[in-house]
Amino acid sequence: MVATAQNIDERLSLILEKVSDPEIPVLSIMDMGVVRSAIIEEGIALIQITPTYSGCPAMDVIGDDIKKALFEANYKSEVELILAPAWTTDWITPKGRRMLEEYGIAAPLDEEADKSVLLGGKQLVKCTNCGSKNTRMVSQFGSTACKAQFQCNECLEPFDYFKCLK
Amino acid sequence: MKNENLYNYILGIADNNLILGQRLGELCGHGPSLETDIACTNISLDLLGQVRSYYQYASKLKGDNVTEDSIAFLRKEKEYVNVLLVEQPNTDFAYTIVRQFLFDIYNNLFLEELQKSHDITLVAIAKKSIKEVSYHRRFSSDWVKRLGDGTKESNLKVQEAVDNLWTYTDELFHLTDADKAMVKEGIGVDVTVLKSKYYKIVNTLLTEANIVIPDSKWFQKGGKEGIHTEHMGYLLNDMQFMQRTYPNMEW
Repeated sequence: MVATAQNIDERLSLILEKVSDPEIPVLSIMDMGVVRSAIIEEGIALIQITPTYSGCPAMDVIGDDIKKALFEANYKSEVELILAPAWTTDWITPKGRRMLEEYGIAAPLDEEADKSVLLGGKQLVKCTNCGSKNTRMVSQFGSTACKAQFQCNECLEPFDYFKCLK
Repeated sequence: MKNENLYNYILGIADNNLILGQRLGELCGHGPSLETDIACTNISLDLLGQVRSYYQYASKLKGDNVTEDSIAFLRKEKEYVNVLLVEQPNTDFAYTIVRQFLFDIYNNLFLEELQKSHDITLVAIAKKSIKEVSYHRRFSSDWVKRLGDGTKESNLKVQEAVDNLWTYTDELFHLTDADKAMVKEGIGVDVTVLKSKYYKIVNTLLTEANIVIPDSKWFQKGGKEGIHTEHMGYLLNDMQFMQRTYPNMEW
């Protein structure tokens, strides 16, 4: 497991905590693990973010939101998009996972479990509504690039599952 | 330009993604079911996201006024170097899935190798992309089996799609001059060595799906040199329309 984030200036982390993922508004970009570094150099805040998925349309908005939040805190800023190391669901913090569940999105399992689930093996994904593991995958692809579509066989609630990405 | 070969090499990878992404995007709102519609457009989104990384890198090499958008939208047909396979029309769901399957198996093998490149940017893009592409492969392989091993009708349709698209598979393993130069420098992937592995995987999966492997040894080529099938012009017309009609427009 890789550290959630390296090289984060405390002063900036407080501001960045308030920037959320526009597609999952309960989750801050810090809990999402997309901020890879945030430092202050010669009075300018330099932020590096990494996309969850290559085509994630939220990245442009996240970049703008970061600039706005830092501007309001009187920082000049530069936001850089980096690709390496590639984002993994391991970087979602424990708090982030909890927030996902509360929001109604099942948090990612580990890779082996994920494969088993997506290939129609064991039932391991817990329904976010009633907690039953008697669930089934409706589609490997869901409402956004990072999610699969599930349904609970007990309470029939459809819900999103955050795909495991390593 | 100093890195002419590298620039052309990047386009050789990325154009496949762009054109296949455009094809899949055509299904937005037109997929056979809501789930498959969303799946195809999700795959399209992944491919287009990857394209942006490649074209951003290429535009830096090219300099001048070249941007990722000008590379995507303002080239002429003969300047696109995608393989013929990816520009083939959606036709029906069997064609869409078989085209995807034939490309995904290749793409996985290719990206595995690209991760060993001496070029750090290409390695970063490959490492990011392969995670996404392994989901694509799972999706298309699953559907090939489901349809091939499904009803008589679905089997027939997949067989027809395989028979007709087979002729475009060999081109995936051709080396252009830019490819050869990049292989020599340790940057590019020698795709010729992927060929036997590719057909082994494809043949195994198709056999499991009750599909007969075509025995034709006659293959189409030309896409990598900019010589495209009759479908390409229509695709570009659709894709480039807004930028051609309203130059530099933005959302």
